[in-house]
Amino acid sequence: MQQNDSRENVREIVVPGDLLSESGLKAGPGTYVESGHIYAAQLGIKTTRSNVVGVVPLSGQYIPIRGDMVIGKIVDMGASNWYVDINAAHQSSLHVNEVPWRVEFGETGKFMTVGDLVSLKIVGVDELGKVQISMKEHGLRKLAGGVVIEVAPSKIPRVIGRSGSMIQMLKNATSCRIYVGQNGRIWVDGDLDSMLKAIDAIKLIEAEAHSTGLTEKVEKLLGQKSGKGE
Amino acid sequence: MAKSVMADLKRDHITKLLSKGMRIDGRKFDEPRPLTVEKDFVQSAEGSARVHLGDTYVVVGVKLMVGQPFADTPNKGVLTTNAELKPLASEAFESGPPDQRSIEVARVIDRGIREGKAVDMEKLCIEPEKEVWIMFVDVHAIDYDGNLFDAGNIAAMAALKSAVVPAKRANKGEDYPLPVSHVPISVTAVKIGEHILVDPTYDEEIVADARLTVTTNEKGDLCAMQKGGSGSFRPEEVLRVVELSRKIGADIRSKI
Amino acid sequence: MGGTPLPDGIKLIDENGKRLDGRRPDELRPLKIEAGVLKRANGSAYLEWGPNKVMAAVYGPRECHPRHMQDPTKALVQCHYNMASFSVDDRKRPGPDRRSQEISKITSEALTHVVFTEFFPKTSIDVYIEVLQASAGTRCAGLTAASVALADAGIPMRDLVASCAAGKIDDTVVLDLGKEEDNFGQADIPVGYIPRNDEIVLLQMDGDLTADQFKTGLNMAIEACKKIYEVQRDALKRKYTLPAGRNGEGAEVN
Repeated sequence: MQQNDSRENVREIVVPGDLLSESGLKAGPGTYVESGHIYAAQLGIKTTRSNVVGVVPLSGQYIPIRGDMVIGKIVDMGASNWYVDINAAHQSSLHVNEVPWRVEFGETGKFMTVGDLVSLKIVGVDELGKVQISMKEHGLRKLAGGVVIEVAPSKIPRVIGRSGSMIQMLKNATSCRIYVGQNGRIWVDGDLDSMLKAIDAIKLIEAEAHSTGLTEKVEKLLGQKSGKGE
Repeated sequence: MAKSVMADLKRDHITKLLSKGMRIDGRKFDEPRPLTVEKDFVQSAEGSARVHLGDTYVVVGVKLMVGQPFADTPNKGVLTTNAELKPLASEAFESGPPDQRSIEVARVIDRGIREGKAVDMEKLCIEPEKEVWIMFVDVHAIDYDGNLFDAGNIAAMAALKSAVVPAKRANKGEDYPLPVSHVPISVTAVKIGEHILVDPTYDEEIVADARLTVTTNEKGDLCAMQKGGSGSFRPEEVLRVVELSRKIGADIRSKI
Repeated sequence: MGGTPLPDGIKLIDENGKRLDGRRPDELRPLKIEAGVLKRANGSAYLEWGPNKVMAAVYGPRECHPRHMQDPTKALVQCHYNMASFSVDDRKRPGPDRRSQEISKITSEALTHVVFTEFFPKTSIDVYIEVLQASAGTRCAGLTAASVALADAGIPMRDLVASCAAGKIDDTVVLDLGKEEDNFGQADIPVGYIPRNDEIVLLQMDGDLTADQFKTGLNMAIEACKKIYEVQRDALKRKYTLPAGRNGEGAEVN
């Protein structure tokens, strides 16, 4: 799972059209260049790393990037493929060659059916936004049991934390199995009280994603609360 | 932000919680969401209200126009209720003419007002057989997190209570407050498995087997009902929802 | 516009140069914008501008419907401007009329100019503008709210669009017509503008103006757009600097 944690200290919020740099820096994600100047293309937090200036979005839909791990839902089936909703602008097609089983023509429904949830990897995105997905990697599977909660995809880096620290803390404190999809879907499984605790913590992270001292707040919640919603 | 695609897993989770006496947002089974009512939200309307029921958000405007009475009620005003469930409020709604869902919402709200005798329609007569006030109650969904029936009913009643008949503008004498004589309040419950939950959220609605809306007046008498969804209720469950509606309805009535 | 006789005794500008609501000729009505007020939409904004009350919600980018409208190379920005039936004195029949269709079209075009549509081929970015209370200038209010809602939805865009109208009443060019001024005035010039590049992305005019009056009015509207632009930026920044509230509504509601 990727982590591109934003800085805790300097949190300058920029809006589309804000000037980020007049010269000397390179344009990173979430920016555009006009007459040699770099401007913000999205609402987000300005980040400068070495000589690249970028914007970490504070909101927005999931945009698939090659290598992302996501959670998809089967929404339709064909004779040799499944159609999968990955919470992006378009549905994707999962071909039988991209699953870990040998599937005969017309027998897709024996393996996975409409409504099933699966963990997937984005293996390619073409210029037209068409997304290739695969289950052929260790650990990718159909997700049974548990619950999937949805958060804003822009908050996912905070759920994961720096080098995976936040998610590790959640797993340790709740003993839940947690799988975080870059597309804003998080699968949680464990005994009910632990699950509720984990869900509370994830909701807290989503609500306070852009505030400082987040780790302490989550620690506090995990330490004190035991189940039950607010 | 959340979409309905998680229905299946969500149903399992919701059911599991219910078996332990818990709801997904931590409420009790018979506990409605927090309610805020703001009357006179729209000055261009003769009466209006904006209502938040949890995250469900509706605006109702009441307009009055001079028109002709129906032949069978020559000395009564006319009530028209319309619900706008537009894609502004949810990806589940579509543009275009009212669909079955918005017609059902409008009609259930209409029935509560009409059968609950909320407005003294005879006082909306200007000249029998010739001129009466036509009352338009327009319900606009702004943000949809379940239970538009009750949010719409509450907003409609608050809007009616704040309404003034614009007689002066129409050269029909002096303005006067809309004659609201009763406040019928609807309470909606859903059934998920064996459990009855009042004031369902969107997540609860999409996994529910059946829905029941019961409208009562200030005496605790019933004035309208509507069952929806493909599931069923047992008679004792219906009676339970009636009791809940009477109790919760009284509480809601005191807030508008 | 133009030609409607003023009822007796009403003067749109008094001897002190003040308008019916006490404003100076180049004064805006009070404007308030709040970003991110709805749960369900991907982005939203609520705006109060004088008596106008406007909600804008953005959904997408998402699969484009109807399919035949899809563009294989870019996203379609589809604006839907609608006036609530109770937003005006005489109840408006629900549903789109020719006026709202036209406003939807020019608003879509103005917004398309700033959105990086090429990032989302074959999709639709749907913008819903709901006018809850109308008192002249709703298309400008709608465009102003919609561009905040787009940014709130995280849509990549070059800039925000600010919008304001100028007009003519009692032979005087004034800013941001009120309802009576709109009904009994002589001209109206709605403008959509991007301050940074000095670009006009929406422009209409109706009524009767000399070339000089038009120039004065346009400049007046542009200067106002620069102020409105700052209110828009402030609304977006405020949403994320307030302690996270329910729905991002912050401290004001509940």
